[in-house]
Amino acid sequence: MSVARGSSIRRTALSGVGLAVALVVLAPYIVMICTALKPERELRITPPRLTPIEWRPANVLDVLGDPSFQGWLYASLIVALTSTAIVVLAATPAAYYTARHRFPGRSAFLLLVLVTQMFSPTALVVGLYREFFELGLVDTYAALILTNAAFNLAFAIWILRAFFTAIPREIEEAAAVDGCGRLRTLVQVVLPLSLPAIVTAVIFAFIAAWNEYIVALTLMADPARKPLTVGITSYVTAYVQHWSHLFAASVIAIVPVVVLFALIERHLVGGLTAGSVK
Amino acid sequence: MLYPAVALVRASLSHYSVTGLYRGSVGASNYARLLEQEALPAVVANTVVWVVVVVLVTVVVSLGLAQLLNEAFPGRRLVRWALIVPWAASVIMTAKLFAWIYDYYFGILNHVLVSLRMVPAPVDWLGNDATVMGAMIAVGVFVSLPFTTYVVLAGLSAIPGEVYEAAWVDGASAWRTYWSVTVPLLRPALLVAVVLNVIYVFNSFPIVWTLNDRNPGFSHDTMITYMYKIAFRSSLRDVGLAAALGVVNVLVILMAVLLYLRTVSWREAEA
Repeated sequence: MSVARGSSIRRTALSGVGLAVALVVLAPYIVMICTALKPERELRITPPRLTPIEWRPANVLDVLGDPSFQGWLYASLIVALTSTAIVVLAATPAAYYTARHRFPGRSAFLLLVLVTQMFSPTALVVGLYREFFELGLVDTYAALILTNAAFNLAFAIWILRAFFTAIPREIEEAAAVDGCGRLRTLVQVVLPLSLPAIVTAVIFAFIAAWNEYIVALTLMADPARKPLTVGITSYVTAYVQHWSHLFAASVIAIVPVVVLFALIERHLVGGLTAGSVK
Repeated sequence: MLYPAVALVRASLSHYSVTGLYRGSVGASNYARLLEQEALPAVVANTVVWVVVVVLVTVVVSLGLAQLLNEAFPGRRLVRWALIVPWAASVIMTAKLFAWIYDYYFGILNHVLVSLRMVPAPVDWLGNDATVMGAMIAVGVFVSLPFTTYVVLAGLSAIPGEVYEAAWVDGASAWRTYWSVTVPLLRPALLVAVVLNVIYVFNSFPIVWTLNDRNPGFSHDTMITYMYKIAFRSSLRDVGLAAALGVVNVLVILMAVLLYLRTVSWREAEA
């Protein structure tokens, strides 16, 4: 009895601490949402209030109807979707091949993949800029797509490889006995089994490209072609300060990725640390 | 992947006009000029403080958070979901958000702190030399926490329950168990978390870029934002010089990566 009571008090205390932690973590984003729903005139009142006096959800509609915002959203979608497609199409065969076959240079290849995972485009941004400048691709979606695809490939290969390795060979052998060819085995047997890993890779690559900032900031000078991360910062500059529009746009950009992220959270740590934790 | 690295090294050995036209090779003189830059000592010092403090605080707080999330209690899922938000949200948007929260006149932070009488008067967090680094570090920790906590959590869940039972049978206190059993067993996860965070935090650009953008000069820049300003924003517009610093930055990360790989193989040798 006393044990049960002790543990229930303990659990209540833990819940309290957990709730406090959640509040602290979410507090800035609560400020974001509240500011996004304030009318412009309420931004400059002292003392500042957390919640709006007058709620103005129309800010969100203003932003959605803004042609600049639509351009940025379009750029973000194009870049994120295309680079994700490239990543998955390239990573799946590469991961499958390295998981199933031993070939000379295999460990060197995997090591290279692991090392590239550690490099963000940030460190190489000056080189990237020179590269695309010389190729004449500055200010094109292609430059952003290529960069994002290249830098997200490594993670996708690692997480897919780990998954393919875990699929028992016997299943594939059984498929071969049943008369399946190599390709058919991959498409009809292996891929359906590894769907969770592929979904994880897809979502991760999408979010990474969606949130990418520095390369877009560097390569995209044309205001109409900037993706969201760079574009929305023009709501607040030295000359104009539309904080509520900035945050309304941020909320629109953040909500979908948080939902997607929550779906893959369990698989992510293993992928990012490349199996070295467990 | 390799091409930008090659382009970077080549650019570091060349001279470019302010409009980006190639003006011939200059050998290692960009590196020599880099060492002569007046801002360099401050920038290197900022980078060290930025990386060391952010990583240290992040790891310590993550240890506590992971311990909490490793327990079963009502509402645990809610905490895990809350923790995902700063991880999934674009860092530039979070950085802009904090720029607003820190705002001298209209920011909520000053209002709260003054109301609670924790500071006597509003603080110009981002405009004051004494507070801007601290303000940036706080945001750096905030966005690094989720990933680190999840890594530590993965490490915790890999510890078998039997070792705790054994410690309990031996009469160890909770505190003693934590230091003598949990922490040593967490070592591999912690090493991974530290090395990966060093890499991520060193490479971090949007936070320093956004929160420091009102301050002139380079006195609060890290090596990454300094490189960026040399190349694209300051009056220097010097791609060669920036590329030389870029090569140095890449070498720093490479060292961290090698350390990481040694850590991992050390693990495999032990397993």
